[in-house]
Amino acid sequence: MNAIIISAVWGIIMMFSGVFTSKGSVVRNTAVLGLVLLLVGNYLDLIGYHFFPVDVHKMLFFDEFGLLANTVIFGSTLIFVLLSGRDIENIAPRMPVAECFALVFFVLCGVSLVTTFNTLLMLFLGIEIISIPLYILTGSDKRNLKSNEASLKYFLMGCFSTGLMLLGIALLYGASPTGSFSIDELGIGRVNLSALYMAGLLLLLVAMGFKVSAAPFHFWTPDVYDGAPTVFTSFMATIVKAGIFIGFIRLFNETFGDSQSKWQLFVAIITATTLFIGNITAVFQQSVKRMLAYSSIAQAGFMLLALLSINGLARDGILLYAAAYSLATIGVFAILIKMKDYTFEGFNGLAKHHPLLAATCTIFLLSLAGIPLTAGFFAKYYMLASVVETGHYLWLVIFAVLCAAVSVYYYFRVIQAMYFKDGDAQTMELRPAFKGLLVVVAALIILLGVFPQLLLDKLNTLIYTW
Amino acid sequence: MIPVLLIAIPLVGGLAGFFIKNDKSARSWSLLVSLAALAVSLWGLSVGAKSPLLNADAEWLPALGSRFAVGLDGMGQILCLLTAIAFPVIFIATWRDEYSKSWNFYALMLLSQAGLLGVFLAMDALLFYFFWELALIPVYFLCSQWGGEKRIQATFKFFIYTFVGSLLMLVGIIWLYAHTPDHSFSLKSFYALRSSINGTDQVWLFWLFFIAFAIKMPIWPLHTWQPDTYEQSPTATTMVLSGVMVKMGVFGVIRWLAPVLPLGTWAWGDTASGFCIASMIYASLVAMQQDDLKRLIAYSSIAHIGLMALAIFATTTTGMQGVMIQMFNHGINIIGMWIVVDLIERQMGTRKISELGGLAQKAPALAILLVIVALANVALPLTNAFVGEFLLFSGVYSSKVTEYNVVFTVVAALSIILSAIYTLNMIQKVFFGNTNALTEKAKDIKLNEKVVLAAIVVLIVVIGVYPKPVLNLTKETVDMILTKMDYKKI
Repeated sequence: MNAIIISAVWGIIMMFSGVFTSKGSVVRNTAVLGLVLLLVGNYLDLIGYHFFPVDVHKMLFFDEFGLLANTVIFGSTLIFVLLSGRDIENIAPRMPVAECFALVFFVLCGVSLVTTFNTLLMLFLGIEIISIPLYILTGSDKRNLKSNEASLKYFLMGCFSTGLMLLGIALLYGASPTGSFSIDELGIGRVNLSALYMAGLLLLLVAMGFKVSAAPFHFWTPDVYDGAPTVFTSFMATIVKAGIFIGFIRLFNETFGDSQSKWQLFVAIITATTLFIGNITAVFQQSVKRMLAYSSIAQAGFMLLALLSINGLARDGILLYAAAYSLATIGVFAILIKMKDYTFEGFNGLAKHHPLLAATCTIFLLSLAGIPLTAGFFAKYYMLASVVETGHYLWLVIFAVLCAAVSVYYYFRVIQAMYFKDGDAQTMELRPAFKGLLVVVAALIILLGVFPQLLLDKLNTLIYTW
Repeated sequence: MIPVLLIAIPLVGGLAGFFIKNDKSARSWSLLVSLAALAVSLWGLSVGAKSPLLNADAEWLPALGSRFAVGLDGMGQILCLLTAIAFPVIFIATWRDEYSKSWNFYALMLLSQAGLLGVFLAMDALLFYFFWELALIPVYFLCSQWGGEKRIQATFKFFIYTFVGSLLMLVGIIWLYAHTPDHSFSLKSFYALRSSINGTDQVWLFWLFFIAFAIKMPIWPLHTWQPDTYEQSPTATTMVLSGVMVKMGVFGVIRWLAPVLPLGTWAWGDTASGFCIASMIYASLVAMQQDDLKRLIAYSSIAHIGLMALAIFATTTTGMQGVMIQMFNHGINIIGMWIVVDLIERQMGTRKISELGGLAQKAPALAILLVIVALANVALPLTNAFVGEFLLFSGVYSSKVTEYNVVFTVVAALSIILSAIYTLNMIQKVFFGNTNALTEKAKDIKLNEKVVLAAIVVLIVVIGVYPKPVLNLTKETVDMILTKMDYKKI
C-alpha cells in the first residue's frame, strides 16, 4: 500500500514542482528523492510497517513476491532516472520536464497495482494506469512525426488490447460461480472449466501477451520503441515490461494454475514464436535502437518460459530476470542516448575514444546475451531450469537456447563495432558522474552474476512460505 | 588450497595486468604470473595424491545446490601441468612479438589461463560451465583484436559454434541436476545418476553433451571454425587454442560425459567413433593439400584429436591411458610446431610453403629442433607421441564394446601414414632444397627460442623413453572412469 500511495502522491507533487521552479536539476532531484522514498516505503512495507492501513477489501494482496518485485522495479527506475534523467530535458525544448517525471510516477503507481492485484478489476486498473501515461510519453517529442506516429499507433493498438482484456474479464466474471472478479474465487478448484471460462482466459492471455509484446501480438513494439524518444523507450522496454510480466505471472499462477494443462501448449507456442521472431528479426536491423526493440521481444520470449512452467524456480527467476534485464537494458540505452548516430556504424571505434563506455556497454550486452559471470546468465538459467523441472516441453528449452545463440550475433555486432572496427564514434558530452554510475551498474550486474543469492536469498525464504 | 591458487594466480594476475600500461612490464609480469602458476602446479604434483591440499570446497550458491568445489585428480594434474607449462613457454617463445596495447593482450591471455585451469579443476557442473565460458570470452577478444585480416568473421564463427555447443550442454546439465536426488551439481551426484537414468534419456543427453565437446575438439563435421580461427589468431593465442583448449573437449567427454551417461555412450559409441574416424581421414587428406603452414598444422591437430576421442569410446585401460598421456604430448608437440611457424613467419613474412625453401642451410639449429618436434608429431619411436599413439591404437584394437575394433584400428592407422606424408613433405619443402631470394636472408634462432624449443624437445624425448611416471599419475583416474563407464554393471 505504501508504494501505491507514495507514487500517486509524488506524481502530483512532481506535476506541481514545475509550477514553482523551472530549473531542471531541482525537478530531477525531487524525482530522485521520490524514488528513494518509494524504495524505503516499499521496504518498510516488506518488513511490516504499513503507513496507510486502508481496508482494500481483498482487492489487493501485498505478499512478498509483489513487494519484492516492486523493489526491483523502483530500484531500476532510480538507476534509470540517475542515468538518463538529464536526457529527458533534451527531448524537446517545450516539453515540461516536471510533467514527464509526473507521468513516470503514475506509471509506477500502475505497476505497483499490477504487482499486488487480487482482483481482475485491479489488474485492469493497473494496466490502464500504466498505459495512458505511456501513450503521452511516447508522443512527448511533439514536433517529431515519428514520435507522433508511434504514439497514435500505440494508443490505437493499446485500446484494442484493452478491449479484449475487458471482454476476457467479463467472460471470466460470468464463469465464476459466485459472480466475482476476485482471483480467490476464480482460483484453483473453484470453477469448472467451461467454454466461457476458457474463452475469457484466452482473451486475457492475448491481451497480456500484447502488453508484454509477445509474438504474434508484437507488431506495435518495433515502431513504438523506435519512434518514442530513446529515454522513454528505455523506460518502456524495461521497467514497464518487467512490471507487467510480474502481473502476468501472478495472474496465471494464482488464478489459472488449475487449468494449466489446457493453456500450457498455447503459451508454449507463443513463447516459441516470440523467441523466433524476436531473435531472427533483430539480426537484420541496421539501427541499434531498433535492434534493442526486437531484442526486448526476444527477451520477453525468455520470460514467457516462466509463465509456461509456473513453479518456485519460475517465480524466483522472473524477479531475477526482471532485475538483470532491466539493469542491462537501461545501461545500453543510457549509452545509446549519448550517441550521435544510432546505427551500428555509429558505434565504430567507440573503444578508442571512450574505453570506459565501451567496456561497460560490453558487460551490459554480455549480460543480455546470457554469458556466465553476468546476471543475465542466471536469469536465463532460472528460466530454463524452471521448464526442465516440469519435465515437459524440452523441445522448447532446446529451441530457446538455440535462439539465445542467435541473440549473440546481434549483441556482438555492437561489441565488434566498438572494439574491432575503425571509426570515429561521436558522443555527446559525458559527465564523470554518468560514467561512474555506469561502472556501478556494470559492477552490480557482475556481482549478481557471481553471487545471485544476494537477491535470491530473499526469494528463497519466499518459496518455502508459498 | 592448491587448486584455488591455480585459478586465483592467473585470474588476479590477469586482472592486475590490465592496469600495467607499459609493454615491457606487462610482458614480464605475465611471464612471472605464469611461472608462479607453474610452480604451484609442480607443488601439486609433489604433495602426493592423497594430500588434503589437492581439494577445496566452499559454499557458493546454496540456493541452487552448487558449490565452489575444485580438486586435482590424476587427469586434472596432467592437464593443469600442461596448461601451466604451456603459458610460460608461449610467453617466452613469442617474447619478440609486438602487440598494440600489449598489456591488454597479456591480461586476456592470463584470464584465459584461469578459465582453462578452472575447467580442469571444477568438481561441480555449474562451476565447470562457468569456467568453460570464462575460457572462451578472453580468447574471443584476443583473436578479434590482434588477429589477421579476416579475424572478425573467423572468431565470430568460432564463438557462435562453441556458444551453441555450450548452451546445449547447459540444457543437459540442468536436466541432470533436476534429476539428482539431492539437487546438487556435484560430480559425485552426477556420477550417482548413471544407474537411475533410463536408456532413452541417456541417448539424447549424450548428444547434448557430445555436440558441445565435439565442437571444442573439434570433430568432423563440426570442425569448420577451427582452421579459420587458427589461421587468423595471433600465434600466441593459436598455441593456447590448439595446445590446451582443444583438450577441454576430450577432458569433458572423459569427466562429464562417459562416466555420467555410460548407456548413452555405449549406445552411440560406434557412431561417435565413426565421426572420429571420418574426422581423422578427412583432416589428414585436407592437410596434404594445404599451402599455408598454419592451416596445415590446424588440420593435423584435428586428425590427432580424432584418434584420442576414438580411444575414449573404445573403453579400454590401455586406450584411456593413451588418451591421458597423449593429451599432454599433443599439447607440447603442437606448441613446438607453432613456435617454429611463428619464427618463420616473423622472419620471412610469409607462411606459404611454396614460397619457402632451404631454410636448413641458414638456420640449422631451428631445423634440427623442428625435425624432432615434427617426428614426434608423426609418432616416431623414442618420441612421446609414439608412446601415446601406441597405447591408443592397442586400446582401440582390444576394445570389447564394439564389433568394429579391427576396422577402426586399420582405418585410423591410415591417418598415421597420411600424417607422415604431409609432415615430412612440409619439412622437405620448407627446410631443404635450394634457398630462394626470400630465404637467403634467413637467420638462425635466438636464445629464448632455442631455450623453449630445447625444453620441448627434452620433454618429448624424456616422456618418449620413460613415460611411466605420467602413466602412474593417471592410473587411478583411468580405473575409476572405466568402472563408471561399464554399462553392464548398471
